[in-house]
Amino acid sequence: MAKLPKKDELMNYKYEVPPSDWMDTAVDIRPGTYCYGAKGKNLEAVNFPNARDWSPVDEDWHLPDNWQEIFLNGMAERLDKYRSFRLFMDVCVRCGACADKCHFYMGSGDPKNMPVLRGELLRSVYRRYFTTSGKLLGRIAGARDLTEDVLKELWFYFYQCTECRRCSVFCPYGIDQAEITIMGRELFNLLGLNTDWISGPVANCYMKGNHVGLEPQTILSNIEFMMDDLEDITGKRIEPRFNKKGAEILFVAPSGDLFADPGIYTCMGYLMLFEQLGLDYTMSTYASEGGNFGFFTSNEMAKRLNAKIYAEAKRLGVKWILGGECGHMWRVVNQYMDTWNGPADFLEVPVSPITGTKFENARSTKMVHIAEFTADLIYHNKLKLDPSRNDHLRITFHDSCNTSRGMGIMEEPRYIIKNVCNNFFEMPEETIREKTLCCGSGSGLNAGENMEVRLRGGFPRANAVKYVQDKHGVNVLANICAIDRAAMPSLMDYWVPGVQVMGVHELVGNALIMDGEKERTLNLRGEPLPGKGGEDDV
Amino acid sequence: MKIWSSLLAVIALVFIAWVGAGVLHLSTFFGIVLPYLALIIFLAGFLLRVIKWGKSPVPFCIPTTCGQQESLPWIKPNKIENPTTTWGVIWRMILEITLFRSLFRNTATEKHDGNLAIGSAKWLWFGSLLFHWSMLVIIIRHLRFFTEPVPVLIQGLEFMDSFLQIGIPLLYMTDVFIVLALSYLFLRRVAIPKVKYISQAADYFPLLLLLGVAISGILMRYFFRVDVVGVKELAMGLVTFRPVFSAEIGPIFYIHLTLVSCLFAYFPWSKLMHAGGIFMSPTRNLANNSRMVRHVNPWNYAVKTHTYDEYEEEFRDKMKKVGLPLEGEG
Repeated sequence: MAKLPKKDELMNYKYEVPPSDWMDTAVDIRPGTYCYGAKGKNLEAVNFPNARDWSPVDEDWHLPDNWQEIFLNGMAERLDKYRSFRLFMDVCVRCGACADKCHFYMGSGDPKNMPVLRGELLRSVYRRYFTTSGKLLGRIAGARDLTEDVLKELWFYFYQCTECRRCSVFCPYGIDQAEITIMGRELFNLLGLNTDWISGPVANCYMKGNHVGLEPQTILSNIEFMMDDLEDITGKRIEPRFNKKGAEILFVAPSGDLFADPGIYTCMGYLMLFEQLGLDYTMSTYASEGGNFGFFTSNEMAKRLNAKIYAEAKRLGVKWILGGECGHMWRVVNQYMDTWNGPADFLEVPVSPITGTKFENARSTKMVHIAEFTADLIYHNKLKLDPSRNDHLRITFHDSCNTSRGMGIMEEPRYIIKNVCNNFFEMPEETIREKTLCCGSGSGLNAGENMEVRLRGGFPRANAVKYVQDKHGVNVLANICAIDRAAMPSLMDYWVPGVQVMGVHELVGNALIMDGEKERTLNLRGEPLPGKGGEDDV
Repeated sequence: MKIWSSLLAVIALVFIAWVGAGVLHLSTFFGIVLPYLALIIFLAGFLLRVIKWGKSPVPFCIPTTCGQQESLPWIKPNKIENPTTTWGVIWRMILEITLFRSLFRNTATEKHDGNLAIGSAKWLWFGSLLFHWSMLVIIIRHLRFFTEPVPVLIQGLEFMDSFLQIGIPLLYMTDVFIVLALSYLFLRRVAIPKVKYISQAADYFPLLLLLGVAISGILMRYFFRVDVVGVKELAMGLVTFRPVFSAEIGPIFYIHLTLVSCLFAYFPWSKLMHAGGIFMSPTRNLANNSRMVRHVNPWNYAVKTHTYDEYEEEFRDKMKKVGLPLEGEG
């Protein structure tokens, strides 16, 4: 990992523009700002073309001889396949409404991080090769040749976009830079130009079932450790079920929740809830990933990874699928899964076995978000909760980009939080719900080597957290996203020390009163609960 | 460079019209041929562009959701900003097209030392809305030249537009508004560094062309009076496909008409096509109902996956050891 830059160095920027025209301003790929190049073996594992080890800082990217032809043919194909792509290449009027909506621009001041200009990087190539005016007039028509330098610039800035869609909320035509970035990344993948942090998890997920590369026995032992801790905390032994045929529900979580702090506490929350409900569920070691780094690679790769969920639901003969807290996972489930791999006609319309609520909003995909499921439980008084166990926590909620702008699950998590906690504070209006600010690490950017970019991209979000920290003493950033849980802690430590990052179901697990549990003196992290007979009582 | 070349282009068009119609008296070309040609290019071009967009399918249901989804019955969904029904989408589109809903959200980010401040910024929204609505009113007003008798609706609109009763001929408010709005839209491109940085000639040129159209129209109406009867006869002739010249019309009219013709001919090949594109934008015109109803991708194709059997094959021993159920006991 690159050494962390100092705060005043990072903050030493202004919203100004360089003296030279953007087409004449060269890209500077320097340490801290880019992700390492993909390893050839990981691209080969999923049969991607032009697989090789490469580094973005090398002068020679070892591109195939006909790379321009590959890129432009790929572009032509996608212009014909995606109306969004063709339209968004054509209709931008460069009004600039999106400019200061991007967290990377807000945190860096680099004008090429304005969505309009990030789009122009590719639109200029589109004009040169796909429009008459661009072919005839060239630069005065805003067109430019596709050179190696242009390719490098495109690559650099398209891996500084988290596909968060905030620009699209403000665009008068709904132009979504995420769509353009997705297309751009597909084109890079035709040339073998993926990053290590994306291609590694993709290969893992394809072969082993999850991004972090947990093999079946490791998943079980990780869960075993968590259940040991839970036994200490609650006095109850929970035995989660895996690969069990004939269960009613298949539960799929992002693998980050099975793997590392603080995601594992969210996972404990899920499993405590299921135990208390006596839910007939199973998890799968094969479909052990809800997230989808294929989505940051290509439509086809995303579909190949996503296919496991329905395939496993069919093999196990479950009735419906319940999904864990994850951001881009839910963009994919909501907007892509059924189209790619449906129809899931072998499943039933999801019905909560506890409340009898039929989830009509998921009647085609047959997949329910756990926040919907839990909110429904609480609404029907099916859970015994002691929110005072979370009284030492002062909580704010971070809407994840994908769940807010690619789905719209906003009230459910808030409803849960307000029922399991007593101290909840919203961040400023302009930074939540559909206007939420990205963590700066989504779409496969949560590597270590690009920490400077992540800190910059995450700064606007962190700054809004700081506002509620100063005003209300907020010390917890709650969320429903595994990438937030993985990425936000280092961001908070850097910008807003003293704020912990928690999944909503960690808060649920803390407040949940389980039948036959012992008196709780520890939270799910094994820390003493203030006021509950723990060691810290004063 | 981008600004000057755009300005030069507009001046050149004015000059060509002036020399052509005013000095060389090529009124048949500038009064009849050019307008027809421009209209044909506009209609055919517009259609072509829309067909081209339409030919690319919408493989995925990708609305940008800007409000609460429809989920549990006791949670109030935002039926317009996150629509699940066609009616919701229609309302969303109406708000976008008539009131520029998304642009209304606009904010401005400022950096003060170590903090960001996000404040309201409505000028762009206001300027754009003022321009587009003025434009619409002016276009409708112009229909008086192409209709006989002039429909009451158009007369009513003219009355409202000039209700301040200033000067003779009566001043149309939209004439003032459109010049102010276009000037604002142009000046912000020149004066705000980051907007200037992203601007292309393709941004300056249509603004200056529109300003040219508006100013020449205003000059014609209020200053260099032209024979309005002659203009109306030419206009009626054009729409009935029997164009005639009954009187000498001043060169300012040909300048105005030439600039309008250029605008029409330029329209389909430019960013001005956002007028057609907004209706087709998949992030706005789709309902967020893809969990309720399956969205079909016309080019969906089978892909190679890593099957459970292949997975079990690789991990069978390890799975067996930890007691996971297996398909093939092998």
